[in-house]
Amino acid sequence: MSVAADPRLKGRRILLAKPGLDGHDVGAKVVALALRDAGADVIYTGLRKSPAYIAQVAVDEDVDALGLSILSGSHLELVAETVRELKSRGAGHMALFVGGTIPAADRDALSALGARGVFTSDMPLSAVVEALARALG
Amino acid sequence: MRTAIPSGIEVPVVVGPGERREAPEAPGHYPFTRGIFPDGFRGRLWTVRQYSGFGTAEDTNRRYRFLLEQGQTGLSVALDLPTQCGYDPVEPMARPEIGKVGVSLSNLSEMEILFDGIDLARISTSFTINGTAAIILAMYMACADKRGIARAKLTGTIQNDILKEYVARGTWIWPVRPSMRLIADSVLFANEAAPRFNPISIAGAHVRDAGCTAAEEMAYTLANGLAYVDELLRRGGDAARFARRLSFFFYVHMDLFEEVAKFRAGRRLWARIMKERYGIEDPQAQMFRFGVVCGGSSLVAPQPYNNVVRVAVETLAAVMGGAQSIFTCAYDEPFQIPTESSAQLALRTQQIVAEESGVARTVDPLGGSYYVEWLTDRMEEEIRAVMKDIEAYGGAVKAIEDGWLQMKVARRAHLRKQHIDSGELPVVGLNCFRREDEVPAPGEVFRLDPQASARVVEKYAAVRERRDNAGVERGLARLEQAAAKDDENLMPYLVDCCHAYATVGEMVGRLTRVWGEFKEPVRL
Repeated sequence: MSVAADPRLKGRRILLAKPGLDGHDVGAKVVALALRDAGADVIYTGLRKSPAYIAQVAVDEDVDALGLSILSGSHLELVAETVRELKSRGAGHMALFVGGTIPAADRDALSALGARGVFTSDMPLSAVVEALARALG
Repeated sequence: MRTAIPSGIEVPVVVGPGERREAPEAPGHYPFTRGIFPDGFRGRLWTVRQYSGFGTAEDTNRRYRFLLEQGQTGLSVALDLPTQCGYDPVEPMARPEIGKVGVSLSNLSEMEILFDGIDLARISTSFTINGTAAIILAMYMACADKRGIARAKLTGTIQNDILKEYVARGTWIWPVRPSMRLIADSVLFANEAAPRFNPISIAGAHVRDAGCTAAEEMAYTLANGLAYVDELLRRGGDAARFARRLSFFFYVHMDLFEEVAKFRAGRRLWARIMKERYGIEDPQAQMFRFGVVCGGSSLVAPQPYNNVVRVAVETLAAVMGGAQSIFTCAYDEPFQIPTESSAQLALRTQQIVAEESGVARTVDPLGGSYYVEWLTDRMEEEIRAVMKDIEAYGGAVKAIEDGWLQMKVARRAHLRKQHIDSGELPVVGLNCFRREDEVPAPGEVFRLDPQASARVVEKYAAVRERRDNAGVERGLARLEQAAAKDDENLMPYLVDCCHAYATVGEMVGRLTRVWGEFKEPVRL
């Protein structure tokens, strides 16, 4: 059973990105497939991108939301750097989400950095889609 | 209850003797369905090998000494992502990742610290490294040279399986073809210099953990194995010789009999392929030797102590499937790097299976069971069918270069996730028997020393300061020249560079000048 189409996501542009060196891309790809099923227009960067590159793609592609997938434990550094890069391009308002292997203790720090949602692999895809839809709807 | 195993094979209520007329051959006999050794674990227990590494070489050396004191019998080195992807610690992409998922090992001086006080002639060491595997293997030989230990005494395994990195795990550097060449170089060189060392461990584990089924895991791994054999033959290798040192690596997830049947079927299939396709008659070169990891994505963060039970069940499957080495994951791995106490509990889990359960007492205790023999046959058919699809596409290398296999794995992962979300695939504590009042992530928290990264960078600068830089430059220039010639084995050049304390990033940089970088095909 795939995720149902959601009118709030129809045609919305979402960039999913893998910052840093982490090579685990299944989470990002599965979320990409779910968001596509929900009706969003999804762009996936592929592996091993710098925060500067990701911020530039987000601006060039004029996306509505950015999702960062990080499983290497470097989420605090990489999210902070991506936010800096977005701000330096005048895109500090971008709806930002983070997914991956994120200890519960780091959730507040990620929110303080500007993450509108933090997703871990035990959450159902419908919850991830709902969080995006609410932010963009 | 689901009546099919996760690989999709429908299981009858009762399995009888059915069509099968004869019992499988005895253990230690071709095609080795019941195991590669006639005496199973009575002769020698599996290697207890916990994957470990974090922070600085000093930090990890302390953890290794602790694990060895606790009865671990082999080391398994986890390396950080900069080392795995070929970046020196000072590079901007490397800085946030130093020491995070493994130890930082940028040059020989770090490896000397890592193995300080550990006898390389007596310990079997496994390295999970792929993109830069040839460099780390060269460094290990250089490390032995410096201590006056003969390379021929080295035992252990280096993963060195780049094909699955393009499909899952992602630590590729160069395009597929030059990467295959470097693997052939390292296998052929190690067969001569360190004949007891396994220079490749063809791994299905990561593709499995990414989401594919047990049958697909085995099929993709055997297909990659064939690609390596073909490359080694193209380079003039002697199959009867190099095949004796090919090893394999898999995940064990929760469906106990599916896992046992997977290993029995894989062992039989590989032996048959070696004999029928390559004409290999030497039993040693037909034997399918494998290590496993128990845990991974079968473990979940909610109610994390449940994971201890999962790992115990998976360890039983590994033992009854006849694994040569076992790594049991710690219960806290879904959310953090294991602490010393969770790592010890994981180690104790397999020690309890080994010492108390009696399961290792006789070889292949499930052999002859109607169900297990039936399921082994069905798994073999399923694995063959998936291998046929890959062959029809044009082989593993083409399927990976085109991103076709990556796309199949992503779609399978999506399906698996949907089955978990819907409850069709039960995961206790996650989609059934949940507690809404549960406190997430109990117990100790692992915190990496925040100074580790700065210390790694300091040590790196100091090595570059005190080494003979002209000598390093000469070694790197020779490496680059050799890389331009397709038939030159690069290993001697890499060993020379390591001896001179050239860094991983420097060696990778020279090879990238010649080979370029891999362009990832993204297909969803």
